[in-house]
Amino acid sequence: MDVLYFAWVRERIGIPKEKVDTNATTVAELVDELRAREERYAAAFADLSALRVAVDQELTDFDAPLAGAREVAFFPPMTGG
Amino acid sequence: MSVRVQQAAFDLGAETEAFANAQADMGAVVTFTGIVRDLPGVGLDRMVIEHYPGMTEKALEKIEQDARDRWSLGDVLIIHRYGALAPNERIMMVATASKHRKDAFESAEFLMDYLKSRAPFWKKEFTGASADWVAAKDEDEAALTRW
Repeated sequence: MDVLYFAWVRERIGIPKEKVDTNATTVAELVDELRAREERYAAAFADLSALRVAVDQELTDFDAPLAGAREVAFFPPMTGG
Repeated sequence: MSVRVQQAAFDLGAETEAFANAQADMGAVVTFTGIVRDLPGVGLDRMVIEHYPGMTEKALEKIEQDARDRWSLGDVLIIHRYGALAPNERIMMVATASKHRKDAFESAEFLMDYLKSRAPFWKKEFTGASADWVAAKDEDEAALTRW
């Protein structure tokens, strides 16, 4: 699936988007896999309360299932307007 | 349904005029405009707005639909820019039309409250010395509970 990062999450991880092969069944499991990769991922995902997640462009929770998901995005709380 | 996410500047006067002109049977139009605020004493060089193409449009359309479900509205217009903006440039606008003013005022406030914390935009402020992401405010999230 495609994993996207925005704002300081993108800066901390160093890329805006990547393809990830995963067997994770929930967002939280995907986060655990990413954290285990490298320090920059661990740093970005250190505090989940500072992050929001969207699955297939719909805002959701970290316990959301990933079955059939094509796109997961991680970003800080939004600041529109 | 009119949602526009764009890099280009927009003409607030012309947009407002065109919007009002299109309302044949509506008695009220409310507009709100967000402007890039300078940082007093620091001096803002520019604000850069990042967004999530695809999700942004969907989120704005959903917010508009939620407003339509709650109030009796004519046209609704949401314009939101991304990219680099200088102090005093217009970031975004909403316009709502209704038969009477209450629906137009309330729905414009509702659109703004939801747009602030449910539309995937992120602002970064650049000064001569630093570049900082604007943090979301607790009160912006709290504002949603009143609806």
